[in-house]
Amino acid sequence: MADAPQIPDEAETRARWGNFAWTAENAEKAREIASRYPENRRLSCSIPFLDLAQRQVGAETNTQGWLPIPVIEFVAREIGAPYIRIFEVATFYTMFNLAPVGRYHVQVCGTTPCMLRGSDDVMAACKSRGLHKGGTTADGMFTLTEVECLGNCASAPMVQINDDNYEDLDFDRTVAILDALAKGEKPKAGSQEPGRHTVEAYGGPTNLTAMVSENHDFRGEW
Amino acid sequence: MPKLTVDGIEVEVPAGATVLQACEAAGKEIPRFCYHERLSIAGNCRMCLVEVKPGPPKPQASCALPAGDGQEIRTDSPMVKAAREGVMEFLLINHPLDCPICDQGGECDLQDQSVAYGKGHSRYTENKRAVTEKYMGPIIKTIMTRCIQCTRCVRFGEEVAGVEDIGAIYRGENMQITTYLEKAFKSELSGNTVDLCPVGALTHKPVAFEYRPWELRKHLSIDVMDAVGTNIRLDSRGRQVMRVLPRINEDVNEEWAHDKTRYHVDALVRRRLDKPFVRVKGKLVEASWDEAFDAVAKAAKKARSSVAAIAGDLLDCETMFAAKKLVQSLGSNLLEGRQTGMAYDVTNLGSVAFNTTIAEIENADAILLVGTNLRWEAPLINTRVRKAIKKGAKVFAIGPEIDLTYKVQWLGNDLGLLGKMPSEVSEVIEAAKAPVLILGPGALKDGHGPALAVAGSFMRDGWNGFNVVHTAAARMGGLMLGYAQKGGIADVITADPKLTFFLGADEVDFSAFAGSFKVYIGHHGDKGAHHADVILPAAAYSEKPGTYVNLEGRVQRADRAVFAPGDAREDWTILRALSDKLGKALLFDSFEQLRAAMAAEVPELGQEGLVRYAWAPPKLPAKAKGPVNYPIADFYLTNAICRASETMQRCSAELVHGEEFAEAAE
Repeated sequence: MADAPQIPDEAETRARWGNFAWTAENAEKAREIASRYPENRRLSCSIPFLDLAQRQVGAETNTQGWLPIPVIEFVAREIGAPYIRIFEVATFYTMFNLAPVGRYHVQVCGTTPCMLRGSDDVMAACKSRGLHKGGTTADGMFTLTEVECLGNCASAPMVQINDDNYEDLDFDRTVAILDALAKGEKPKAGSQEPGRHTVEAYGGPTNLTAMVSENHDFRGEW
Repeated sequence: MPKLTVDGIEVEVPAGATVLQACEAAGKEIPRFCYHERLSIAGNCRMCLVEVKPGPPKPQASCALPAGDGQEIRTDSPMVKAAREGVMEFLLINHPLDCPICDQGGECDLQDQSVAYGKGHSRYTENKRAVTEKYMGPIIKTIMTRCIQCTRCVRFGEEVAGVEDIGAIYRGENMQITTYLEKAFKSELSGNTVDLCPVGALTHKPVAFEYRPWELRKHLSIDVMDAVGTNIRLDSRGRQVMRVLPRINEDVNEEWAHDKTRYHVDALVRRRLDKPFVRVKGKLVEASWDEAFDAVAKAAKKARSSVAAIAGDLLDCETMFAAKKLVQSLGSNLLEGRQTGMAYDVTNLGSVAFNTTIAEIENADAILLVGTNLRWEAPLINTRVRKAIKKGAKVFAIGPEIDLTYKVQWLGNDLGLLGKMPSEVSEVIEAAKAPVLILGPGALKDGHGPALAVAGSFMRDGWNGFNVVHTAAARMGGLMLGYAQKGGIADVITADPKLTFFLGADEVDFSAFAGSFKVYIGHHGDKGAHHADVILPAAAYSEKPGTYVNLEGRVQRADRAVFAPGDAREDWTILRALSDKLGKALLFDSFEQLRAAMAAEVPELGQEGLVRYAWAPPKLPAKAKGPVNYPIADFYLTNAICRASETMQRCSAELVHGEEFAEAAE
């Protein structure tokens, strides 16, 4: 498997993460998560627990976070499941990083709709800022990954950076976002097209036109 | 009871049956890879597609589809044929065409089914995917590129073995079967995953590249590595047994065998005694049969009737019977088989047998384990206990805490608990419809009386819940033939016999027999041979036909697979020839006569099948205190055969003693 993450050396990660445990705050969160599921369905906690653990690792290392083997084992012990069962989950979902990533994990969608709308430019913009596929920049700021469809085809092309999506990108907008992040700013998430609210049609709506001037929806904003 | 038609044949199947089972009931063969009767249903190989009406107009996976009333199943329509060919083509996309160098070749489900149901050619011209080899321990060799992700091994580990080490990581095309962090699969049942594997992804590591399945001659036999009496098949080539596979016997081993059963065979050609030896001036020197017999005859003349026979753990009943007759003809009755000094009361065999029977353990609803490490003493009974737990049984245990692969409520390590059970435990047992007590060999010494005292609460109408676990294949047969002194081997030692026959007995404390002339009749150069004054080379269990009685009293017969090496002979022929030399000729000249004589004396041994021992427990002191020790210190090295096996030594070092082995560079 050519693009499998290179799982880091075991001895080193064990030394670093061997005594991983929830912070007080996360322990409270874990308790809340566990209370959502019946006592005999503890395995249901595996995804939220792994996510929580990854975020805690991220907070400790000032990155997006990843899941060292000892942390996966910690989660398994918390759940009371064999290690392999939790390891299966962690390797199945791409949201879990099995190797360290940078401060920002830039996931560029390269699936057909995004590609047709110019994901190659987005990729080029990332490369112009020193990002390279499957690796982290030298300053530890950005890790670049090409991913499959993230479900924002109506506002393609898009990238997902940590917890936010940035849509309607082109070369310049991508560069602007990366530069802003590098400076420590927090660019506006969502569509980068001026005036575009969500994924409404360009040039005004073609249906539900009555909604343009007046809100008929039960929600305050639509 | 749904009624449905399969290819026009009407069948009625039990409620809850699947369409696949219905098809089998109608006599139709359904190809499958992931489906296995003894594992949960996964439905991921898609090979079992059939056409089902009523239903969507597409083929359906029959293994995961419940049979319904009035269904019309077609297994012979063009749609089904096309579907099977399509699935087969997909499965073969990434499967390497390395059958000529694959150990599974010749007995491979994928090979057979691609011939029977495949298209015959592939339209795939891209590169195939390759997967790195995974380390799974000393037993399982992996060639993961061949894996078709049926997940049988994963389900076996989780459901039958109870050791969740194997899993499927990553996903989609990248999915890989592996053990956690590529460590060894730490189960004593790990070899079964190789049998389960429908392709050549998991193969037997100890015999990799040693044989082709069609070269082997198959012989039906009985396993002697423990007292369960696993039904096995010995596959031999020339004069060597190449491998052991389990046979299906629902009453005994289902279709499993543990690793000791399977992989001790390399020892059948190692460290063998293939020549008689006589001790001359403290040193064992090779001798002819005549010289060896003369030495024994000389000792016998001096000893007169001061003769004893100690039976080993791996013996067949015929050998023990012949030795018994020989010892009796010399005027003694000092026979003992419990080598390590155990001395429980055997006046009633029912009180030392596995009365519930192995298969019935599945139906137990409350199980009390007393001083038994079932996982090592009888792994295949352990799987039955696991099954009972799945059906809702509760398990309590007295003894040192160990991992039995299931949840056990440990009551403490004190046999005194038998007398004063915690109320919550006795309540569960009282309320149970099928309670079971399993007394291990570790507790048999001090706990037999107390266990019998409480046995009454494990009796139900038509249900005897009192069970004793033995670890020696020869034990029940030996007890039936009278290989037991009241005080155990201590009585033999007190009698101080001048001539002692050790019939493959290697676990005896030989220092106690310093004043005795020791004749060792056995097959492996182990402890017994070291201490012997005369060694008479005999046949291992694979080299002689024999009758074995398992711990529940099941009389089973084994065939000879190969002949003993060198000058070694079948045990009974040695005893017969020796009796001539001693002038006390035994009254049988052929194996058939021996069997007939044995059946005349102990009629139960005359026919195969379960012997039901009378239940009349003796009155024994019921007071007991103190902790239990499990007698098996190392699962993989319990007898002379496995101690001579390189595979078993490696298993012991790695799986029991935790030694790290670097992955062999191949």
